[in-house]
Amino acid sequence: MKKDIILAGVGGQGILSIAAIIGTAALKAGLHLKQAEVHGMSQRGGDVQSNLRISDRDIASDLIPFGKADMIISVEPMESLRYLPMLSPDGWLVTNTKPYINIRNYPEMDKLLAEIELQPRHISLDADEIARNLGSPKSANMVILGAASPFLSIDYLELQEAIRNIFRKKGDDVVQVNLDALQAGRDVSEKQMN
Amino acid sequence: MQKLLLLGDEAIAQGGIDAGMSGIYAYPGTPSTEITEYVMHSKEDKSLNIIASWGANEKTAMETALGMSYAGKRTMVCMKHVGLNVAADAFVNSAITGANGGLIVVAADDPSMHSSQNEQDSRFFGKFALIPILEPGNQQEAYDMVHYGFELSEKFRIPVLMRITTRLAHSRSGVERREIRKQNALKLPENLKQFILLPANARRQYKNLLNNQPAFVDSSEKSPFNILIDHPDKKMGIIACGLAYNYLIENFEDHHVPHPVLRIGQYPVPEQMINNLYESCDTILVLEDGAPMIEELLRGILNKGKTIKGRLDGTVPRDGELNPNIVALALGLADTRGRDIPSLVTSRPPSLCKGCPHIYSYNALNEALSEFYKGRVFSDIGCYTLGALEPFDAINSCVDMGASITMAKGAADAGLLPSVAVIGDSTFTHSGMTGLLDAVNANSTITVMILDNGTTGMTGGQDSAAVGKIEGICEALGVHKDHIRILNPLQKYHEENLAIMKEEIAYKGVSVIIPRRECIQTLTRRMREEKKKQATDKAEA
Repeated sequence: MKKDIILAGVGGQGILSIAAIIGTAALKAGLHLKQAEVHGMSQRGGDVQSNLRISDRDIASDLIPFGKADMIISVEPMESLRYLPMLSPDGWLVTNTKPYINIRNYPEMDKLLAEIELQPRHISLDADEIARNLGSPKSANMVILGAASPFLSIDYLELQEAIRNIFRKKGDDVVQVNLDALQAGRDVSEKQMN
Repeated sequence: MQKLLLLGDEAIAQGGIDAGMSGIYAYPGTPSTEITEYVMHSKEDKSLNIIASWGANEKTAMETALGMSYAGKRTMVCMKHVGLNVAADAFVNSAITGANGGLIVVAADDPSMHSSQNEQDSRFFGKFALIPILEPGNQQEAYDMVHYGFELSEKFRIPVLMRITTRLAHSRSGVERREIRKQNALKLPENLKQFILLPANARRQYKNLLNNQPAFVDSSEKSPFNILIDHPDKKMGIIACGLAYNYLIENFEDHHVPHPVLRIGQYPVPEQMINNLYESCDTILVLEDGAPMIEELLRGILNKGKTIKGRLDGTVPRDGELNPNIVALALGLADTRGRDIPSLVTSRPPSLCKGCPHIYSYNALNEALSEFYKGRVFSDIGCYTLGALEPFDAINSCVDMGASITMAKGAADAGLLPSVAVIGDSTFTHSGMTGLLDAVNANSTITVMILDNGTTGMTGGQDSAAVGKIEGICEALGVHKDHIRILNPLQKYHEENLAIMKEEIAYKGVSVIIPRRECIQTLTRRMREEKKKQATDKAEA
């Protein structure tokens, strides 16, 4: 088993918290893991990505080879497309549709969404809206993770357990709302696949 | 022991803690910062009394580490690659003095310039100084090499350079720890003249260093980090340094490379191992992240031997970080690149944070200079370098730490008036003070704007050596106190601020303007921590 995942977003959107939950669940399952992160200048509102590699065998490279990523998980729609050269021909693109606009020449939304629709295997959802409806706008990340969860080859129960572990310190309410966000994302994904 | 999930940087730090390190010194610089931060935040740091501190710059950090080594203790000094330029005087001479307690110098290179102004390869510095170099290929090796490096350093009484790159520094993987070794006792060098580089001593010490070179090469030949792996297809032999080995094996099923491979993690280069590979293969491919160091050595200036492939003949791009695809193409394997990036995807450069004090300062400076033609603002290294980008387009240079003030002086000497320098508080105490002294002594007509946000911002908000000292330093260096002006960089004080800027820009002499407001990132962090503390206090009460 191996899953090579590109996590994409804008500096400050917190893609590393998605990585932390997948990573915790993967380690629990006894898998190998490598995770290349972006630190430094780009964290200031620039485009950021993380290469997350999980496998039941030794992992050599910290970077995923071009065209070999099993999925792109993006918390921002334009950023989801930036890493298409990394995605395998039968890989999945899971992305938020809520744009993060901090540049002047951000593409027109309808064209951007049309470009995402062109991708053969994709799940797209407004995670910010779903999280807001759950009363927890900060949980948009967990909605996206939930939407990606059917493709991760990691037991859903393990992901839930990882969320409990990571958010435990913040109290039961925070744990529950993040579990709800995870489930809401997963529901959207399962609906879109059918 | 259970494996820890550590960044390469953190693995080095944990290695230092476990290998009996007594002190770690550094100046923050991406991608090296997290090494020292990890030690500062670790529990062991306190229980083991390890000193972890930021110096004013890399040179002071290097010298402090050398002093700790003199006293017999194990110590580490960490910096980014260009920081080694700043520390170079101490670094090169430390090879002549040699070490007493184990001394590891970590230089974190940044091929592809993710967060830097060049991609210089620190292995050349190690070779130049004639000392051993270690180049880890993964997080576990980074950890193990610290133990090995301290032993090597103490065996040969020589500083050891550990060279890493961004990719290893900022990538996480499982690391297995060893038992914690006890720290060294205080112990002076056996020869109390060892560290006195008077010419007569220095000549002797230098001869000693030269005489040790064969022993360093021998150590490389026997190193557990240099491995010759024999395989049947001798049409090509491959030399893979550090991380390049991972990119190489990534391209083969079960990581099984058909060609002989020499994996290098310790320098000086193992001459006999390279000779064995060279003699047994028709051509050699060299894969090294950074500059073509081994490749140049193999080719020589005449390049009359076997075909050597690498960065110099175009098999591998001349610049930039390696990756599995670059290596695949170098091996003649298929390009696996997926779909193209759609043309509507635009670049998203980093930008100053919402609420950042520099935003106001640049807007005001642009307005104050609007009556002059553009091209007269010399800037420096930090978050404020983003003033080069839209919407500010406010600066005209960024070269090295401290160069803003001295370049402004040079331009003013040439007749460019007004000439303005923009520098951050931490960069000012790193390398700006001496330049300001030059300007004062020459009575140059320059205006120096010291953007004081009270922190080393770009690297994540480490303590700034300048806090509470800037006006005092400027006055002591000879700037007239009437021309040291402190502003609150907020729009509501704009008229007053603009008037001050215009006055000082018009002044014929050295003037200093200090816009002072806390970094929005450290402010947010501080508020969050205070809130958390209040909550805990309340809960306890």
